[in-house]
Amino acid sequence: MIGIDWFLGLSAIMFTIGIVGVLIRRNAIVIFMCVELMLNAVNLSLVAFASHHGNIDGQILVFFALAVAAAEAVVGLAIIIAIFRNNLTVDVSKINLLRW
Amino acid sequence: MLAVLAVGSALAVVINKNVVNSALFLVVNMVTLAGIFLLLNAQFLAIIQILVYAGAIMVLFLFVIMLLNVQDEEKLFDKFRVKYFLAFFLAIGVMGQIFYSLAGVTEMLPAISEKMATIGTVEAVGDVLYTDYLLPFELTAILLTAAVVGALMIAQHKIKRTENI
Repeated sequence: MIGIDWFLGLSAIMFTIGIVGVLIRRNAIVIFMCVELMLNAVNLSLVAFASHHGNIDGQILVFFALAVAAAEAVVGLAIIIAIFRNNLTVDVSKINLLRW
Repeated sequence: MLAVLAVGSALAVVINKNVVNSALFLVVNMVTLAGIFLLLNAQFLAIIQILVYAGAIMVLFLFVIMLLNVQDEEKLFDKFRVKYFLAFFLAIGVMGQIFYSLAGVTEMLPAISEKMATIGTVEAVGDVLYTDYLLPFELTAILLTAAVVGALMIAQHKIKRTENI
Protein backbone atom coordinates (compact mmCIF):
# COMPACT_ATOMS: atom_id res chain seq x y z
CA MET A 1 0.00 0.00 0.00
CA ILE A 2 1.31 3.41 -0.92
CA GLY A 3 1.90 5.78 1.97
CA ILE A 4 -0.17 8.91 2.39
CA ASP A 5 2.84 11.22 2.13
CA TRP A 6 3.21 10.40 -1.58
CA PHE A 7 -0.35 11.48 -2.27
CA LEU A 8 0.11 14.65 -0.26
CA GLY A 9 3.38 15.38 -2.05
CA LEU A 10 1.73 14.92 -5.45
CA SER A 11 -1.08 17.22 -4.31
CA ALA A 12 1.45 19.88 -3.24
CA ILE A 13 3.33 19.67 -6.56
CA MET A 14 0.13 19.98 -8.59
CA PHE A 15 -1.02 22.93 -6.50
CA THR A 16 2.31 24.66 -7.09
CA ILE A 17 2.12 24.05 -10.85
CA GLY A 18 -1.34 25.63 -10.75
CA ILE A 19 0.03 28.67 -8.93
CA VAL A 20 2.81 29.09 -11.50
CA GLY A 21 0.27 28.81 -14.30
CA VAL A 22 -1.98 31.46 -12.79
CA LEU A 23 0.97 33.79 -12.34
CA ILE A 24 2.74 33.50 -15.69
CA ARG A 25 -0.04 32.93 -18.24
CA ARG A 26 -1.89 35.86 -19.76
CA ASN A 27 -4.78 34.03 -21.39
CA ALA A 28 -7.83 34.20 -19.13
CA ILE A 29 -9.05 30.73 -20.14
CA VAL A 30 -5.70 29.11 -19.32
CA ILE A 31 -5.64 30.92 -15.98
CA PHE A 32 -9.08 29.47 -15.35
CA MET A 33 -7.85 25.96 -16.18
CA CYS A 34 -4.96 26.38 -13.77
CA VAL A 35 -7.44 27.31 -11.04
CA GLU A 36 -9.23 24.04 -11.79
CA LEU A 37 -5.86 22.29 -11.45
CA MET A 38 -5.38 23.77 -7.98
CA LEU A 39 -8.91 22.73 -6.98
CA ASN A 40 -8.15 19.19 -8.08
CA ALA A 41 -4.92 19.13 -6.08
CA VAL A 42 -6.82 20.06 -2.93
CA ASN A 43 -9.46 17.43 -3.74
CA LEU A 44 -6.71 14.82 -4.00
CA SER A 45 -5.34 15.62 -0.55
CA LEU A 46 -8.87 15.55 0.89
CA VAL A 47 -9.49 12.10 -0.58
CA ALA A 48 -6.10 10.89 0.67
CA PHE A 49 -6.88 11.99 4.21
CA ALA A 50 -10.40 10.54 4.04
CA SER A 51 -9.12 7.14 2.91
CA HIS A 52 -6.40 7.23 5.52
CA HIS A 53 -8.76 7.85 8.38
CA GLY A 54 -11.43 5.52 7.04
CA ASN A 55 -13.87 8.42 7.32
CA ILE A 56 -16.34 9.15 4.55
CA ASP A 57 -16.94 12.81 5.42
CA GLY A 58 -13.88 13.90 3.45
CA GLN A 59 -15.24 12.31 0.30
CA ILE A 60 -18.59 14.04 0.82
CA LEU A 61 -16.70 17.31 1.10
CA VAL A 62 -14.94 16.56 -2.20
CA PHE A 63 -18.34 15.89 -3.78
CA PHE A 64 -19.60 19.31 -2.72
CA ALA A 65 -16.34 20.92 -3.85
CA LEU A 66 -16.89 19.34 -7.29
CA ALA A 67 -20.42 20.76 -7.44
CA VAL A 68 -19.22 24.23 -6.46
CA ALA A 69 -16.37 24.00 -8.98
CA ALA A 70 -18.87 23.18 -11.73
CA ALA A 71 -21.00 26.21 -10.83
CA GLU A 72 -17.89 28.39 -10.64
CA ALA A 73 -16.71 27.21 -14.07
CA VAL A 74 -20.09 28.05 -15.63
CA VAL A 75 -20.22 31.55 -14.17
CA GLY A 76 -16.54 32.25 -14.87
CA LEU A 77 -16.79 31.21 -18.50
CA ALA A 78 -19.90 33.38 -18.90
CA ILE A 79 -17.93 36.33 -17.53
CA ILE A 80 -15.08 35.56 -19.94
CA ILE A 81 -17.53 35.52 -22.86
CA ALA A 82 -19.00 38.83 -21.72
CA ILE A 83 -15.53 40.40 -21.48
CA PHE A 84 -14.65 39.03 -24.91
CA ARG A 85 -17.79 40.61 -26.38
CA ASN A 86 -16.78 44.00 -25.03
CA ASN A 87 -13.01 43.93 -25.56
CA LEU A 88 -12.48 41.27 -28.30
CA THR A 89 -9.61 39.77 -26.29
CA VAL A 90 -9.06 37.38 -23.40
CA ASP A 91 -5.54 38.62 -22.66
CA VAL A 92 -5.58 39.74 -19.05
CA SER A 93 -2.75 42.22 -19.58
CA LYS A 94 -4.91 44.10 -22.10
CA ILE A 95 -8.12 44.14 -20.09
CA ASN A 96 -8.27 47.28 -17.98
CA LEU A 97 -11.96 47.33 -17.18
CA LEU A 98 -11.49 47.83 -13.45
CA ARG A 99 -8.26 49.83 -13.65
CA TRP A 100 -8.30 53.59 -13.21
CA MET B 1 3.34 5.94 -12.84
CA LEU B 2 0.02 7.71 -12.51
CA ALA B 3 1.67 10.43 -10.46
CA VAL B 4 4.32 11.04 -13.12
CA LEU B 5 1.59 11.25 -15.75
CA ALA B 6 -0.41 13.66 -13.58
CA VAL B 7 2.55 15.97 -12.93
CA GLY B 8 3.64 15.82 -16.57
CA SER B 9 0.21 16.70 -17.92
CA ALA B 10 -0.15 19.47 -15.34
CA LEU B 11 3.16 20.95 -16.49
CA ALA B 12 2.02 20.60 -20.09
CA VAL B 13 -1.15 22.56 -19.28
CA VAL B 14 0.94 25.45 -18.06
CA ILE B 15 3.71 25.38 -20.67
CA ASN B 16 1.72 24.68 -23.83
CA LYS B 17 1.22 27.67 -26.10
CA ASN B 18 -1.90 26.40 -27.81
CA VAL B 19 -5.02 26.76 -25.68
CA VAL B 20 -6.74 23.70 -27.14
CA ASN B 21 -3.71 21.49 -26.43
CA SER B 22 -3.62 22.88 -22.94
CA ALA B 23 -7.26 21.95 -22.39
CA LEU B 24 -6.70 18.44 -23.74
CA PHE B 25 -3.76 17.94 -21.37
CA LEU B 26 -6.05 19.06 -18.56
CA VAL B 27 -8.39 16.21 -19.58
CA VAL B 28 -5.44 13.77 -19.29
CA ASN B 29 -4.72 15.20 -15.86
CA MET B 30 -8.33 14.73 -14.73
CA VAL B 31 -8.39 11.12 -15.90
CA THR B 32 -5.13 10.28 -14.13
CA LEU B 33 -6.50 11.91 -10.98
CA ALA B 34 -9.54 9.65 -11.30
CA GLY B 35 -7.15 6.70 -11.45
CA ILE B 36 -5.43 7.92 -8.30
CA PHE B 37 -8.84 8.19 -6.62
CA LEU B 38 -9.39 4.54 -7.54
CA LEU B 39 -6.07 3.69 -5.87
CA LEU B 40 -7.41 5.37 -2.75
CA ASN B 41 -10.59 3.23 -2.89
CA ALA B 42 -12.83 6.17 -3.77
CA GLN B 43 -14.72 4.59 -6.66
CA PHE B 44 -17.68 6.98 -6.55
CA LEU B 45 -15.47 10.07 -6.68
CA ALA B 46 -13.41 8.60 -9.52
CA ILE B 47 -16.53 8.15 -11.64
CA ILE B 48 -17.82 11.59 -10.68
CA GLN B 49 -14.43 13.10 -11.55
CA ILE B 50 -14.54 11.63 -15.06
CA LEU B 51 -18.20 12.50 -15.60
CA VAL B 52 -18.18 16.04 -14.26
CA TYR B 53 -14.66 17.26 -14.94
CA ALA B 54 -13.37 15.34 -17.94
CA GLY B 55 -16.87 15.28 -19.40
CA ALA B 56 -18.93 18.32 -18.63
CA ILE B 57 -16.51 21.04 -17.57
CA MET B 58 -13.89 20.31 -20.21
CA VAL B 59 -16.53 20.24 -22.96
CA LEU B 60 -17.62 23.64 -21.70
CA PHE B 61 -14.02 24.89 -21.81
CA LEU B 62 -13.45 23.59 -25.33
CA PHE B 63 -16.76 25.07 -26.45
CA VAL B 64 -15.79 28.49 -25.14
CA ILE B 65 -12.32 28.22 -26.72
CA MET B 66 -13.84 27.40 -30.10
CA LEU B 67 -16.44 30.14 -29.65
CA LEU B 68 -13.92 32.84 -28.81
CA ASN B 69 -11.42 31.75 -31.48
CA VAL B 70 -8.44 32.78 -29.36
CA GLN B 71 -5.01 32.96 -30.93
CA ASP B 72 -1.85 31.39 -29.52
CA GLU B 73 0.38 33.28 -27.19
CA GLU B 74 3.36 33.88 -29.41
CA LYS B 75 5.94 35.10 -26.98
CA LEU B 76 5.36 33.09 -23.85
CA PHE B 77 8.97 33.09 -22.69
CA ASP B 78 10.29 36.23 -24.31
CA LYS B 79 8.90 39.11 -22.32
CA PHE B 80 8.40 39.72 -18.61
CA ARG B 81 11.46 37.77 -17.47
CA VAL B 82 11.46 39.42 -14.07
CA LYS B 83 7.83 38.50 -13.56
CA TYR B 84 8.55 34.84 -14.35
CA PHE B 85 11.44 34.70 -11.90
CA LEU B 86 9.27 36.26 -9.22
CA ALA B 87 6.53 33.73 -9.97
CA PHE B 88 8.93 30.79 -9.73
CA PHE B 89 10.43 32.04 -6.49
CA LEU B 90 6.96 32.48 -5.00
CA ALA B 91 5.97 29.00 -6.19
CA ILE B 92 9.09 27.43 -4.68
CA GLY B 93 8.36 29.25 -1.43
CA VAL B 94 4.79 27.99 -1.34
CA MET B 95 5.87 24.43 -2.14
CA GLY B 96 8.53 24.52 0.57
CA GLN B 97 5.98 25.74 3.06
CA ILE B 98 3.52 22.99 2.16
CA PHE B 99 6.21 20.28 2.42
CA TYR B 100 7.42 21.72 5.71
CA SER B 101 3.93 21.52 7.15
CA LEU B 102 3.43 18.00 5.72
CA ALA B 103 6.67 16.74 7.24
CA GLY B 104 5.30 17.35 10.71
CA VAL B 105 1.88 15.91 9.95
CA THR B 106 2.65 12.53 8.42
CA GLU B 107 4.18 11.06 11.58
CA MET B 108 1.19 12.05 13.68
CA LEU B 109 -1.32 10.24 11.50
CA PRO B 110 -2.65 6.86 12.58
CA ALA B 111 -2.02 3.75 10.52
CA ILE B 112 -4.17 3.14 7.47
CA SER B 113 -7.67 2.31 8.58
CA GLU B 114 -9.14 -1.16 8.23
CA LYS B 115 -12.45 0.29 7.06
CA MET B 116 -10.81 1.84 4.04
CA ALA B 117 -11.87 -0.86 1.61
CA THR B 118 -15.54 -0.48 2.50
CA ILE B 119 -15.89 3.31 2.30
CA GLY B 120 -15.94 5.10 -1.01
CA THR B 121 -18.29 2.76 -2.79
CA VAL B 122 -21.39 4.27 -4.35
CA GLU B 123 -23.52 2.57 -1.72
CA ALA B 124 -21.61 4.00 1.23
CA VAL B 125 -21.38 7.52 -0.19
CA GLY B 126 -25.05 7.57 -1.14
CA ASP B 127 -26.06 6.30 2.28
CA VAL B 128 -24.36 9.19 4.06
CA LEU B 129 -25.24 11.74 1.39
CA TYR B 130 -29.00 11.21 1.65
CA THR B 131 -29.19 11.01 5.43
CA ASP B 132 -26.64 13.18 7.24
CA TYR B 133 -25.90 15.58 4.41
CA LEU B 134 -29.38 15.94 2.92
CA LEU B 135 -29.66 19.70 3.47
CA PRO B 136 -26.27 20.58 1.90
CA PHE B 137 -27.16 18.26 -0.99
CA GLU B 138 -30.37 20.17 -1.69
CA LEU B 139 -28.54 23.46 -1.30
CA THR B 140 -26.10 22.26 -3.97
CA ALA B 141 -29.04 21.82 -6.33
CA ILE B 142 -30.18 25.40 -5.62
CA LEU B 143 -26.60 26.64 -6.14
CA LEU B 144 -26.32 24.93 -9.52
CA THR B 145 -29.67 26.34 -10.64
CA ALA B 146 -28.62 29.81 -9.55
CA ALA B 147 -25.32 29.43 -11.43
CA VAL B 148 -27.07 28.45 -14.66
CA VAL B 149 -29.54 31.33 -14.37
CA GLY B 150 -26.73 33.77 -13.55
CA ALA B 151 -24.62 32.61 -16.49
CA LEU B 152 -27.59 33.08 -18.83
CA MET B 153 -28.18 36.54 -17.37
CA ILE B 154 -24.57 37.60 -17.95
CA ALA B 155 -24.45 36.32 -21.53
CA GLN B 156 -27.87 37.60 -22.58
CA HIS B 157 -27.51 41.04 -21.01
CA LYS B 158 -24.53 41.83 -23.20
CA ILE B 159 -26.36 40.72 -26.34
CA LYS B 160 -29.19 43.17 -25.70
CA ARG B 161 -26.72 45.94 -25.01
CA THR B 162 -24.84 45.42 -28.24
CA GLU B 163 -28.08 45.28 -30.18
CA ASN B 164 -29.17 48.65 -28.80
CA ILE B 165 -25.89 50.20 -29.79
